[in-house]
Amino acid sequence: MSSPSDGGGRTGAPAAADAPDVARPRDHVDQPAPRPGASVTQPRLGPIGWLRFAWRQLTSMRTALLLLLLLAIAAVPGSLVPQRSSDPNGVTQYFVDNPDLAPVLDTFQMFDVYSSVWFSAIYLLLFTSLIGCVIPRTKHHLEALRARPPKTPARLSRLIGFTERRATGTAAAAADEAERMLRQSGYRVERYDAGDVASVSAERGYLRETGNLVFHSALVGILVTVAVGGGYGFAGQRVVVEGQSFVNTLASYDSFNPGRFFDDGTLDPYRLGLDDLAVVYETENVDALGQPVDFTASVTVQAREGEPEPGEVKVNAPLRAHGTDIFLLGNGYAPTITVRDADGEVVFTDAVPFLPQDANLTSLGVVKVPDGLDEQLGMIAFFYPTQDVLTTGAFTSTYPDLFYPVLTLNVYSGDLGIDDGVPTSVYALDTDDMTQLTGGDTGVDSIELAPGESADLPNGLGSVEFVDASPGGTPEGDTSQSVLRFASFDIHHDPTQGWVLVFALLALGGLMTSLFIPRRRVWVKATDAPEPRGADGDGVAADGRAGTLRLEYAGLARGDDPGLADAVADLADRHARALGALPRP
Amino acid sequence: MTLDQYSVLALYSAMAVYALAFIAYALDLARRSAAAGIASPDGDAAVPAAQRRERALAGWAGVDGAGEAGAGQAPSAGSGTPVDSGASVAYGRSPSLRVAVALTVVGWALHLAATVLRGIAAERVPWANMYEFAMTGTLVIVTVYLGVLLFSKFDLRFLGTFVVGLVLVSLGVASVNFYVSVVPLPPALQSAWLIIHVFVATAAVGFFALGFALSLVQLLQSRREAAIETAKAAKRSFLATLPNADQLERLAYRVNIIGFILWTFTLMAGAIWAEAAWGRYWGWDTKEVWTFIIWVVYAGYIHARATRGWRGSRSAWLAIIGFSAVLFNFTVVNLFFKGLHAYSGL
Repeated sequence: MSSPSDGGGRTGAPAAADAPDVARPRDHVDQPAPRPGASVTQPRLGPIGWLRFAWRQLTSMRTALLLLLLLAIAAVPGSLVPQRSSDPNGVTQYFVDNPDLAPVLDTFQMFDVYSSVWFSAIYLLLFTSLIGCVIPRTKHHLEALRARPPKTPARLSRLIGFTERRATGTAAAAADEAERMLRQSGYRVERYDAGDVASVSAERGYLRETGNLVFHSALVGILVTVAVGGGYGFAGQRVVVEGQSFVNTLASYDSFNPGRFFDDGTLDPYRLGLDDLAVVYETENVDALGQPVDFTASVTVQAREGEPEPGEVKVNAPLRAHGTDIFLLGNGYAPTITVRDADGEVVFTDAVPFLPQDANLTSLGVVKVPDGLDEQLGMIAFFYPTQDVLTTGAFTSTYPDLFYPVLTLNVYSGDLGIDDGVPTSVYALDTDDMTQLTGGDTGVDSIELAPGESADLPNGLGSVEFVDASPGGTPEGDTSQSVLRFASFDIHHDPTQGWVLVFALLALGGLMTSLFIPRRRVWVKATDAPEPRGADGDGVAADGRAGTLRLEYAGLARGDDPGLADAVADLADRHARALGALPRP
Repeated sequence: MTLDQYSVLALYSAMAVYALAFIAYALDLARRSAAAGIASPDGDAAVPAAQRRERALAGWAGVDGAGEAGAGQAPSAGSGTPVDSGASVAYGRSPSLRVAVALTVVGWALHLAATVLRGIAAERVPWANMYEFAMTGTLVIVTVYLGVLLFSKFDLRFLGTFVVGLVLVSLGVASVNFYVSVVPLPPALQSAWLIIHVFVATAAVGFFALGFALSLVQLLQSRREAAIETAKAAKRSFLATLPNADQLERLAYRVNIIGFILWTFTLMAGAIWAEAAWGRYWGWDTKEVWTFIIWVVYAGYIHARATRGWRGSRSAWLAIIGFSAVLFNFTVVNLFFKGLHAYSGL
């Protein structure tokens, strides 16, 4: 990508420092007129020649532009089709909904657009093109920074903002004054005197090109740091129920996505305990009853050989601890369920995280009891924090907080399918090899429990209890703490995200500099003219005195520079005024 | 009445005043067509083209010899006054235009009051759901328009029909289809970035909208200029009273680069916020994807203006595609695409 606003320079020669004529490039050679009859013979290109040709094409502005537009188009499909990176469940669902189309799309990596071969090809080519452009331009710019402003053109009248003034004094003194003024305004100034003509050539706004180069280099920096961060970082998810804790090791994560070069051994095994997850719901605004307005997870972080330290994780306020960032990204209820065999021996007891199904936290959970009973037992359970009955007879939850908590259970017996070592989801029950004992078509009602209640399992298998988790001292009938909550934590480590930010800020700064700082050249030419001559003929200066000095001013802009004409006019005014104050020679 | 009801009332009043302003702007356009019919249309557009060539000769591109484009454009020396707006047909005072601008200012004041009242009613910034985005976004568009009228050397009042029309349609759709009563902020939105990120995004949209309008007029104008250059009969058109295509392009560019910088900031601020709220600074969420697409399209626009063969109409098309993507991002992506930016409130 070349300088967006400057136009020139992508594959061209550096700004000509001592060009004989500003309107021509330094390396400009007038082509002799083609001889009639002479055919044009293209030079034969060897392998190197072809490579050079390809490189020229790739680094040309037009290719960069096409690649940019291609990149924009290529990014579109990723928003139309669910992506594995951001919405894996959506992808699964897409395969279910479109069994014919999905595999075809998958062949074209449509579910991994942003890591696909074709998307990567586009941006890698674009960045190659960018680097191929930025390096020579940096060289040219370094040369331009050391170069002298170019020689004053012979005919200033062809340039932008050309204006004339008359004054008294010598040409050299006038040029001295112009030189001083321009220098003061931040111009780099060069004197070109010849005979009775003294002229000043001035240039400013080198920062424009600097900013442009910084912007493009910073984009490369962002790409590299993002890649490195992705390679050496990790992201893991873990559900923690109130009162429980987990240790930051690979085995304790529910899911873990390491970067390609991530070393598991570098995980710092600190312990993260969830003491309490406080959720505040809107209770006054009738338009938003039950809308959560705050989630606060009170946690305890303890290094392997350290004191436990209290901490807090909120949405928008992650906890940064032990080189990782801990985010609170989900929550729900984890009803405590105890299963006893026919003799009353406990065969299962746990707070089971249930997945929320709607805004009022109707939640779905699965209980698996593999051992201790004659047959393996599975239960699909619904939890309603504030249960109500729809007109259809189905249960629903009408509020997300615990006002009237009810747990319903459908019991299955048979083979849970977890003994042959194939990993299965803890949130799903495979009922293919199981017999339903309650609910559905069995003719036996589903088990329905309030906190603290228990019920017998069918066929004399034993009993199941919905344990009331309220702390001691809770008044009778207060169910507000009868069910534990769980928090779903995301734990991330990205070693380079600070650098990404630094490069992003550099890019922003470079962009603003390159778009707003005008790069311009200004010339002031003073000619000793004993006999007044000029376009306006009378040769009388604004103050009415006859002038002996002819002053010309003009500018030239690189890129858009709407203020140039005004700047030249302003310089002319100030300069002429200053000269008027000069003592007569 | 609650504050929110007052806000709605103010908004409806603003829409009524904008509607009147729209009529006045339209009358002005009709008057311009009439003025263009009276003035002789011959050969006026050939002059700017000649000037263009002259300038390209002296332009910086020639200095560098890169030859990518005749980039060194700058207004001619005399363009510093509003009188010379590059229009080929002189167009004097227009009472309906003055009335239109006055009405726009009144409508803007009511619009501002509506937005401020909504913010007070909600006890937060008034841009946390689609109704509020639309209300604040259109307010920004009108503010940018009035600001440009106030500060620009060019007389851009001819854009009023477009600006007020766009704002009216947006406000109509917003108050009929997007209205939601005041509800508290969900925890994910409780961040200082809501104030910065979303406001800068709406500001960027304000500039892009104006750039879009200018590019549109630029296309019309260059078509007209081409027709005149090929010596076809020039139709009577209000375009004759507007700046020439070159000047429109430069104006569009200046407005769009401000929008682009704001958009760049939006993207970065969004990434910083996403890191805090969702645990990653970039995750190709649908809204992120479209923010990226818009950024790339406008980056393309800026590069196109420096690429030979892409200046003029082609780059104008890119600006138009860019703003279409902005509208798409605000409406379709918000309402129909699944993603984390699910804050339409609907």
